[in-house]
Amino acid sequence: MLRYVFRRLLTAIPTLFLIITISFFLMHIAPGGPFNMERGIPPEIKANIERVFHLDEPVWMQYFRYLGNLAHGDLGPSYILINFSVAELFAQSLPVSIRIGSWAMLLSLVVGSAMGVLAALRHNKFIDFFIVTLATGGSTLPTFVTAPLIQLIFGLTLHWIWIGGWHDGELSAAIGPIVTLALPQLATVARLMRGSMIEALNGHHIRTARAMGLSDFSVVVKHAMRGALLPIVSYAGPAAAGLVTGSIIVETIFQIPGVGRAFIDGALNRDYTLVMGTVILIAIFTILFNFLSDLLYALVDPRVRYD
Amino acid sequence: MTDVVAMKGRSLWIDAWNRLKANRAAIISAIYLCFIVLLTIIGPNLTGHEFTTQYPSYVRVPPSIEPYPKADKLDQEIKEIITRAHLTLKEWKQEGGRFLVTVTSTKPIDDRVTRYLDRSDSFKDGKVESKSTDGMEMTLSASVQHLYFFFGTDISGRDLLTRTLMAGRVSLLVGLLAGMVAVTIGVLYGSVSGFLGGKTDEFMMRIVDILYALPFTFFVIMLVVFFGRNFMLMFLAIGAVLWLDMARIVRGQTLSLKRQEYVQAAEAMGVNSWGILMRHIIPNMLGPIIIYVTLLVPQVIILESFLSYLGLGVQEPMSSWGVQISQGSRNMEGASYLLIIPALFLTSTLFALNFIGDGLRDALDPKDR
Repeated sequence: MLRYVFRRLLTAIPTLFLIITISFFLMHIAPGGPFNMERGIPPEIKANIERVFHLDEPVWMQYFRYLGNLAHGDLGPSYILINFSVAELFAQSLPVSIRIGSWAMLLSLVVGSAMGVLAALRHNKFIDFFIVTLATGGSTLPTFVTAPLIQLIFGLTLHWIWIGGWHDGELSAAIGPIVTLALPQLATVARLMRGSMIEALNGHHIRTARAMGLSDFSVVVKHAMRGALLPIVSYAGPAAAGLVTGSIIVETIFQIPGVGRAFIDGALNRDYTLVMGTVILIAIFTILFNFLSDLLYALVDPRVRYD
Repeated sequence: MTDVVAMKGRSLWIDAWNRLKANRAAIISAIYLCFIVLLTIIGPNLTGHEFTTQYPSYVRVPPSIEPYPKADKLDQEIKEIITRAHLTLKEWKQEGGRFLVTVTSTKPIDDRVTRYLDRSDSFKDGKVESKSTDGMEMTLSASVQHLYFFFGTDISGRDLLTRTLMAGRVSLLVGLLAGMVAVTIGVLYGSVSGFLGGKTDEFMMRIVDILYALPFTFFVIMLVVFFGRNFMLMFLAIGAVLWLDMARIVRGQTLSLKRQEYVQAAEAMGVNSWGILMRHIIPNMLGPIIIYVTLLVPQVIILESFLSYLGLGVQEPMSSWGVQISQGSRNMEGASYLLIIPALFLTSTLFALNFIGDGLRDALDPKDR
């Protein structure tokens, strides 16, 4: 087990290295730069600024300088928000994204599995049909459609929620982005749970449990659900990482100062260090969550062994 | 000797077609999709509006099956025109389909004043009916120009119906073309990898594994931002992102197909690898490929709309459903139809494509269920 953990962490390094390299050269090969403003600044000033940020050096030197700094955990200064380092920007934006993302994850896991179990228990009844329809809708509707619709219905018409801004994470401001982020995941979780639960309820061990006179609750929760949770566990890892990516659109629409917004702003302003920082951050999250979900898989399913 | 009546065999495709016909959701979706495709192809020419024509008098007018201008707006409209012409309105009335306005001024009125009427979107063929002897009072006539905006107009006063259909044309075209790019790359890559096998296969699939780990949404955004908002680039970026799944599916299929007897027979007859791949392996994978294409097209449409929503995709004056939804959501206060109409078109098309994809999967791959 320990060897497996070690090996997984070791293979993560080349992946991360590749991501950094591709993004770095992609950005620096592209025409234009962070200080090519429309209001031209005098060339000598521009040269000075570029010297400060080492932008006058050849690209490969900048690359190794960046890698060197990164090895010390230094993500560099932001090129556009002059007085901030990228790390400081993340210190502000990451908690916001994590807060929205984790609530969305919790919501989709709890409500999604509950709906899936309910649909499986009432297989082919009205409620099953209803939940399947809802889940199909949820996974088909893209976020940039559901988000403005939620704003329109609950914000502009009913005045229950803020339609933009973070307002220090007040519930009425956070609920819109959380629900929007959760909806597609919730739909997928419900579908997966329904499928695996129907299969589990037909298993021999469930028949045995029922024959032994266990209560319905015990049969469903203790015996059927444990096996049925497996697909959810393997889905949850990539999904959790996807929440951070999905937050680009949600954070843009709801004007939430999170990592997704930071990335878009950074890309539009060619804030090289900010963009690099975000890509690295997302890559780490993706690798980490996939790893965690594999580990969790082994905990839920004793048949899975890593060695 | 008895005559042997040859039994007519049922091919895989006829079998699949029969199964598909029994799937009502898929059939209805297919009909709906054909309808949408036809509508986006010929529709923009039938609406009577160009998708770029702006009507300054009708900015953000709501959807209506009755023609514009509305009768109760005529008074306000004529007052505005007369003010713009620096004249004083005496009276106006409607007579036998013609619209009569009597105006006065402190100076003699020029005959060219009818242009003010023509220039407005509500009136056409303005004429001078009569003129007082001193030229300071004049009666003008014009006919009311009836325009239909069944879906209303957008914030620049352009017909939303025409624009939605044009946008649909773009969205569907991008979906199809970028889907094709992804499928072509995926099929070629996957089949070569699976067919060659061994070290090459391992190497090629390792590349796919690594690419899987990259945060692609971010790469697409970076590509589009840093290399300009180029239509072709968008195709390539989307195609380059979505071929990975296809490559994996095709590789798996190839691995099992290449051990079939007919492939060995072809090998024994000296057909070269490329020939076997093109003649025997790829045609036999058509089923899974078709299924994947129908599931891929909605993904591409969503990705394109996502980019367009961020302002990185299709640029004005062209439009796509993503662009429209983005504009609609920015102006939905008081004009929710700007958001709802393109959103309805987009989602219904996505639903239809998904149902068709599911139906095809059931029909072509009965083992799967």
